[in-house]
Amino acid sequence: MEILMSIVIGILFMSAVYLMLSKSLLRIIIGTGLLSHGAHLLLITMGGLKDGAAPLLGEHAKDYVDPLPQALILTAIVISFGVTSFFLVLAYRAYQEIGTDNMDQMRGTEGND
Amino acid sequence: MTNLLLLPILIPLLTAIALMLLHKRIEMQRIVSVLSLIGTVIATSILLAKVKTDGIQTLNLGSWEAPYGITLVSDMLSVLLVLTATVITLFVIMFSFHSIGRDRETFYYYPIVQFLLVGINGAFTTGDIFNLFVFFEVMLMSSYVLLVLGGTKIQLRESIKYILVNIISSALFVIAVGFLYSVVGTLNMAQISERIAESNQPGIITVIAMLFLVVFGLKGAIFPLYFWLPGSYYAPPAPILALFGALLTKVGVYSILRTYSLFFYHETGFTHSVLMILSLLTIIVGVIGAIAYWDLKKIIIYNVIVAVGVILFGVSVNSSTSIEGSIFYVLHDMVIKAALFLLIGIMIKITGTSNLKQMRGLIKQFPLLAWTFFIAALSLAGIPPLSGFIGKLLIVQGGFEEGNYIGAGIILLSSLLVLYSVMKIFMNGFFGKPTEYKADHIPVGKLLIPSIALVTVAVLYGFNAELIYPYISDATETIVNPDMYIEAVLRGE
Repeated sequence: MEILMSIVIGILFMSAVYLMLSKSLLRIIIGTGLLSHGAHLLLITMGGLKDGAAPLLGEHAKDYVDPLPQALILTAIVISFGVTSFFLVLAYRAYQEIGTDNMDQMRGTEGND
Repeated sequence: MTNLLLLPILIPLLTAIALMLLHKRIEMQRIVSVLSLIGTVIATSILLAKVKTDGIQTLNLGSWEAPYGITLVSDMLSVLLVLTATVITLFVIMFSFHSIGRDRETFYYYPIVQFLLVGINGAFTTGDIFNLFVFFEVMLMSSYVLLVLGGTKIQLRESIKYILVNIISSALFVIAVGFLYSVVGTLNMAQISERIAESNQPGIITVIAMLFLVVFGLKGAIFPLYFWLPGSYYAPPAPILALFGALLTKVGVYSILRTYSLFFYHETGFTHSVLMILSLLTIIVGVIGAIAYWDLKKIIIYNVIVAVGVILFGVSVNSSTSIEGSIFYVLHDMVIKAALFLLIGIMIKITGTSNLKQMRGLIKQFPLLAWTFFIAALSLAGIPPLSGFIGKLLIVQGGFEEGNYIGAGIILLSSLLVLYSVMKIFMNGFFGKPTEYKADHIPVGKLLIPSIALVTVAVLYGFNAELIYPYISDATETIVNPDMYIEAVLRGE
């Protein structure tokens, strides 16, 4: 199971890197979304994917799954939500002000003369 | 009072929340932020005295025993860094009163600076690797907002690049923590160190060490990962630039120092020589940038990169002399970089340009500014009685003791080029045919007070090295003996 997950995560990282190397700003943001999906899936995979009950004591099971990675992912998810929403609004503002979403046209040469 | 080491995080946090409620009342915001920063400085000084007398302070949040809960740890290094960061923020806030402008002030400038300080102080104090990630994010999110606040074209453009780089490095941080957790099964830094010592650092740990170097190197701008810094730091106004240049990269440097001395110290052959090569290349790239540009901001920005390289060279040599030197140097560098950014901020405000070729003869009209800048420049280069000297001396001495003549030689040569780059500003900007600058509407005197205060701190730091030395040597002791740290966290002494 872990091997399968690792391959899937690898594909996610690959797509994320490919998208982030493109010129359009929105594709880059989609890439960051895929990158954080990959990172979160990696956290849960690295915590182990053994069988067990959901981490609720009411389940009265013999084995539970590791609760720690789930808490870490929950934290990482809300953080990446916050950053992504900020990034999207920033992209919107940049489109309004600069008038392009092409990263090639967002160059600057200040301090270079 | 056991909660003492929480105060440098808690006071700015509560202040930030309070300041958000009164965002329309600028005078109140100014008074409250200065008072709370003075309070934080006092609390940190008390904590410093306590760490000096009683050794490492730890606090288990929620009274959960050490490996299971989050532990905050204040050893001498972290408390010194927290104190320095808070003092710098205090002076930068005082500088912003007269320079940042009302628009930014009404749009939550002061609360965000306080949140930035929360993130920085938390990152210096935490004893949990995932908590370090969270404090990094607190710091980075505040820095995103500070970078883009004002919304000019260049700020929007450079913020996009800065955020993208930091999203990638944060994802890498999560990945690195995931790998480390799968190998050692814990997140508490002391217990990670213990378990790595038990397993005698197998190959996978060295891989994770490299991954952490990439993550923290992206934050701290080391050689192949520094590319985002010159552009991004060029965009914001002077006080924000001073905060960034003085504090943000140093958190990355601190994290490298912490992880490489606490986790990955068993197989130093590979990890530390990679760090050494990268730090020397960082110095070389930094000085090339510093002497290449004719732009005030760019010159000092590249000097930030040089200093990161010098500090990390001391870490990579990994003898107690060189670590001592690195700690001396990192504290000096935080103060002097903040002072230099504030001083060039005044120069840019007076002349209306950051191009060095378009300004000259400032010394006639502003002699005090000129001589303050002169002292700061000498201090940056490390002229003996001033603050940059002792740190570099110890780093170079450590390099020679370990037989690393090339590295120590590069550091000595880099000092010369750093001196050239700042003297270029002094000679071209302040000397030459005097020009009349209309500076009536600029409160130069009020802006100079916090800058002179920071330079004074740096000068006193240099002259009183003897007095400060016991603190630095305490800090070094816990860095070179990770057992002291582990004992304090896991067994409470």
